[in-house]
Amino acid sequence: MTPRVDLQKFLARAGPVVVVVLAIFTLWYIAAVLLNAPAQRDAYARAKVVDYSTGQLIADTTSQRRPVLPAPHQVVEEIYKTTVLKKVTSKRSLIHHSWVTLSSTMLGFLLGTALGTLLAVAIVHNRTLDKSMMPWVIASQTIPILAIAPLIIVVLNAIGIQGLLPKAFISMYLSFFPVTVGMVKGLRSPEIIHLDLMRTYSASPWDVFWKLRWPSSVPYLFTSMKVAIAISLVGAIVSELPTGAVAGLGARLLAGSYYGQTIQIWSALVMAALLAAILVTLVGVANKAVLRRMGMAST
Amino acid sequence: MLQRMTPSDAQNSLDRVIDIKGVSLTFETNDGPVHALAGINLDITQGEFVSLIGPSGCGKTTLLRVIADLERPTTGTITVNGVSPREALLNRSYGYVFQAAALYPWRTIAKNVALPLEIMGLDRAEREARVKRNLELVDLGDFAQKFPWQLSGGMQQRASIARALAVEPGMLLMDEPFGALDEIVRDHLNEQLLKLCDKTNKTVVFVTHSIPEAVFLSTKIVVMSARPGQIHDIIESELPRDRTLDVRETPEFLDIAHRVRQGLREGHSYDA
Repeated sequence: MTPRVDLQKFLARAGPVVVVVLAIFTLWYIAAVLLNAPAQRDAYARAKVVDYSTGQLIADTTSQRRPVLPAPHQVVEEIYKTTVLKKVTSKRSLIHHSWVTLSSTMLGFLLGTALGTLLAVAIVHNRTLDKSMMPWVIASQTIPILAIAPLIIVVLNAIGIQGLLPKAFISMYLSFFPVTVGMVKGLRSPEIIHLDLMRTYSASPWDVFWKLRWPSSVPYLFTSMKVAIAISLVGAIVSELPTGAVAGLGARLLAGSYYGQTIQIWSALVMAALLAAILVTLVGVANKAVLRRMGMAST
Repeated sequence: MLQRMTPSDAQNSLDRVIDIKGVSLTFETNDGPVHALAGINLDITQGEFVSLIGPSGCGKTTLLRVIADLERPTTGTITVNGVSPREALLNRSYGYVFQAAALYPWRTIAKNVALPLEIMGLDRAEREARVKRNLELVDLGDFAQKFPWQLSGGMQQRASIARALAVEPGMLLMDEPFGALDEIVRDHLNEQLLKLCDKTNKTVVFVTHSIPEAVFLSTKIVVMSARPGQIHDIIESELPRDRTLDVRETPEFLDIAHRVRQGLREGHSYDA
């Protein structure tokens, strides 16, 4: 293929994405100017500056130290300063905080996926559990996690469990749910004809599970895991908020709001969003690789 | 039930692979009972090719499922190889071929054929030997490592026949296996199936709603009628066993086809 065609293809694919990103940034700048303008006018009034140009107002509203809404370049600058320019070991390094949150996200995600899968297997294979378990599983998700997070931390602390695990438990509490729901559907997805085939072989439940139900549920598992890993991250951040955690993106958000450091809050938020995007993408890549190996890649 | 048997009866019952006596099956549904089968009597001996033909809803598939122990009759007795269908299932006396190929999409063709062998607990060498042999039997030797979606519908159905044969059963139960395929592929597979049965001397029970297919393949044609599902006529075919598709132009073939069509017409009440 000629480079020219390659470039055209690339532009055709990247074009819409670039347009959307530009639109978001434009709206963000307009919102920043509008929201920060009143404070800026007050500041001009106090300093008795009367004849300021619109250009100066825009420049000033997008470079405040504690804006209501920081401008994109301020957030980018803050992230650059706290990642590239800070040592990873520093308490101010956003990489350090991201790692703290990421580690409990991952542990909670793995625990949640395991728990969710086990519950689904139990529900699919046992009529009593099928009838009795699902309402509890659903009820567990109606409790506000903000209310239950401190309780979990305190209770686990009382029995001597500290550090990563209590936070991971909160991620698990949120992330097992989509996995259970998805896997119950997945384990029940084999067609009647596929199940009948197993009956003609007088296959044991063990064989039916490993040779039919489990492989059929793999696409459902990955779809559930995409949701689960994103809410694991939410769980990890939430678990850092009410518990006085000193490290992590949640702690960063909390500290930022104590001291009115909106730029710090927004940079933590953007970092969390980036992290979520990366994690979901990784699950997607694993999904593709596994399905291709199983010969079920959606081409 | 005790019955005195004469020596010749005993001999007959040895050859008799399937023995169905007074079998009825009623499904209880919300709209009341559905009489899927009523008073079915049928003997099938070793090496016969028996077609069950009839309109949709006449219970031909249900009858096949009763033989396979996928359904239980409400009344009547049925023996397969002299034992109950349940035991025959446990002895792996039959291979079942469904309307669709029912291949598992995450398994290659070879792995699909190996599936029943894995469940039977055969060792790897034996599994590989049987997979190779049976895939070659259905002309799919070169496609062992392909996934099902890479094969045409006809090839998939051939793979599912290889899977049924790999169990090495004495009997094949086939539920409209070529129903979803086009005429040309169907003709070709019919011919192949006939050759295969001659080679292996298997007993086949074959459900179809195609008259030419039934007459071409069978040594015995069972014409069924619907509501309740019962046997209307049993036709023994005198056509030579080694037939080619040309046999369909002969007067004998057309005679049998005519009798089947008549049977279907008589058994079909249009006011139902």
